[in-house]
Amino acid sequence: MTLPALQPFRTGDTPLPEIIILTHKLTREYDMGGEVVRALQGVSLQIKHNEYVAVMGPSGSGKSTLMNLIGCLDTPTSGEYWLNSQQVSELDDDALARIRNKEIGFVFQTFNLLPRATALHNVELPLIYAGLGARERRDRAAQALERVGLGDRMAHRPNELSGGQRQRVAIARALVNRPSILLADEPTGNLDSTTSGEIMGVFRTLHGEGQTIVMVTHEHDIAAHAARVVTLRDGVIATDQRRAA
Amino acid sequence: MPVLEAFRLALLTIRAQKLKSGFSLIGVFIGVASLIGAWSIVNGVNRYMTVKFAQTLYGVNTFQLRRRPMFAANVPDSVWRAWRRRPRIKFGDAEAVTAAITGPVVTAWASDENVSVFYGNKEARDIQLTAASERYFDIKNLRIATGRAFTAQENRSGVPVAVLGEAVAKRLFSDRNPLNHSVRIGGIGYRVIGVVEHQGSLLDFPLDRFVVVPAQSPAQSLVNPPGVLDALLVKAPSEEAMRDAIQEAEGVMRGRRHLRPTQDDNFVLETSEGVQRFWAGINRILMVVLPGVVIVSLVIGGVVIMNIMLMSVTERTREIGLRKSLGARRRDVLRQFLAESAAIASVGAGFGILAGVGLTVLINAVSPLPAKLSPASVVLGVLMGTGVGVVAGVYPASRAARLDPIAALRQE
Repeated sequence: MTLPALQPFRTGDTPLPEIIILTHKLTREYDMGGEVVRALQGVSLQIKHNEYVAVMGPSGSGKSTLMNLIGCLDTPTSGEYWLNSQQVSELDDDALARIRNKEIGFVFQTFNLLPRATALHNVELPLIYAGLGARERRDRAAQALERVGLGDRMAHRPNELSGGQRQRVAIARALVNRPSILLADEPTGNLDSTTSGEIMGVFRTLHGEGQTIVMVTHEHDIAAHAARVVTLRDGVIATDQRRAA
Repeated sequence: MPVLEAFRLALLTIRAQKLKSGFSLIGVFIGVASLIGAWSIVNGVNRYMTVKFAQTLYGVNTFQLRRRPMFAANVPDSVWRAWRRRPRIKFGDAEAVTAAITGPVVTAWASDENVSVFYGNKEARDIQLTAASERYFDIKNLRIATGRAFTAQENRSGVPVAVLGEAVAKRLFSDRNPLNHSVRIGGIGYRVIGVVEHQGSLLDFPLDRFVVVPAQSPAQSLVNPPGVLDALLVKAPSEEAMRDAIQEAEGVMRGRRHLRPTQDDNFVLETSEGVQRFWAGINRILMVVLPGVVIVSLVIGGVVIMNIMLMSVTERTREIGLRKSLGARRRDVLRQFLAESAAIASVGAGFGILAGVGLTVLINAVSPLPAKLSPASVVLGVLMGTGVGVVAGVYPASRAARLDPIAALRQE
């Protein structure tokens, strides 16, 4: 277990091309009825292409806040966030939506599938916002579903699928726009251990195919699937360990 | 997200929530249906008035010299009293006017009274008795079904003969042939010489309950004082000829009444335009009341849609958060919800059009009112219905668009 080497980074620098995610002294404060909650207090983190990183930490440690910032759902109070050589901490709402669409594939604990739509239509959603035509959307959504082993379940609705299958639909949806990072928030939190293992298998395969994965979890055995574990505590990085290959 | 995509999605959502969408489109449905239905009635009566009533019954290019207008809406009492003080139209007036018109016109005298007509012990009540000259039938387009009309000779000599309306013949003679039988009017016998073709009804008012007798027959004493008639009917071959004849008639009448240039006519030369003006007066009232009803139901429809959309936004907060996390911009979400409320309203308007058309057919079938579908009302219905949907959707949609994706995703 060794601490990964960071690019020495100062404000004004540009990250190296192989660094997909770079945060520099990232902070995020919330105003909770007059009381300022400092959820992140200067997080500097670098994640390279094709890394598989688990983010851990007790509740209140700031891991959800970090997750939201990395996922471009939120903007930092101060500090820099570079995603794929683009400084996103300065972008406006619409530009952030575009980044979420193109660069980030979300996988949620509760799957978040549209209940009335088929698996295929669920996977097509990001492509609609990318402005693709109907035929190309269908082709690419079908490919993504085949990639997660659901080629024969495309016309099924979520309530006709098992939990593991639903999460695989969600993974297909996350991958369909070929994002720079797959961002998973407790992806196995609602699954039994067998199905969890199945999903971790999918992640392993994707990682093997070159996908960068960032996964938030509080389960050690799930985090153990990742090659690197970042632990947050009280809004700062407590440990950052790379598992020997 | 392209507009088309937004609409497709909206229709899917509506189909998935049939009951809720059904309730939300009722307001627009009623609004559009009542718009089209009521408009059809106005439109139909309008056509009826201009085509059938004014032209067929009053006569094309025909005017009448009368003491006062036959049709007038909203006449104040003072005007009525002034009209009643005017001198009557005399036989001499009618003769002078007829002589003065230079164009090729057809003229007829006519005076009306409500009477009972008897045959044996049978009575036909509330019959319009018209004492008229022989060309009356031509001007009024009354074709004789059996027998004949009376001649100029019979008219001049005041022979007591009668031409019956179809309803009168039926009432008094059932299926027997009335020709050459004698009917009694005002105690005097009239020989039936003809029966007029079936005329039907006008707005439920039967047009076959009449008897026509020669103007100079004894019936003259029933309808008017001696030497007085209600109207001189003048039919010209063209509208231009009619205008000329009206001018000539006015000149003669003013001369006979010794009117100074500053004085108004104390008689009228009424054309079917007068009837149409009368209808236009009623029409104007309808045109004020009708939009009121339509606007009220559309506003209610809009409020209902807005409520349902607000509910929908709340229910689907998570979906909105998800869509945003997948790259939906504010304007995409806005467009989606706007499309949805517009689609709900359009579907409501669509059903409203069907119901309005059905209403039109129904009115024609079961009521005396003539209704005719107006294409303009259909176009207006679609525009207003969809417009209401868009307007009602703005507030809920902008609320959806402003949702914070993180909070929205956390929502249970």
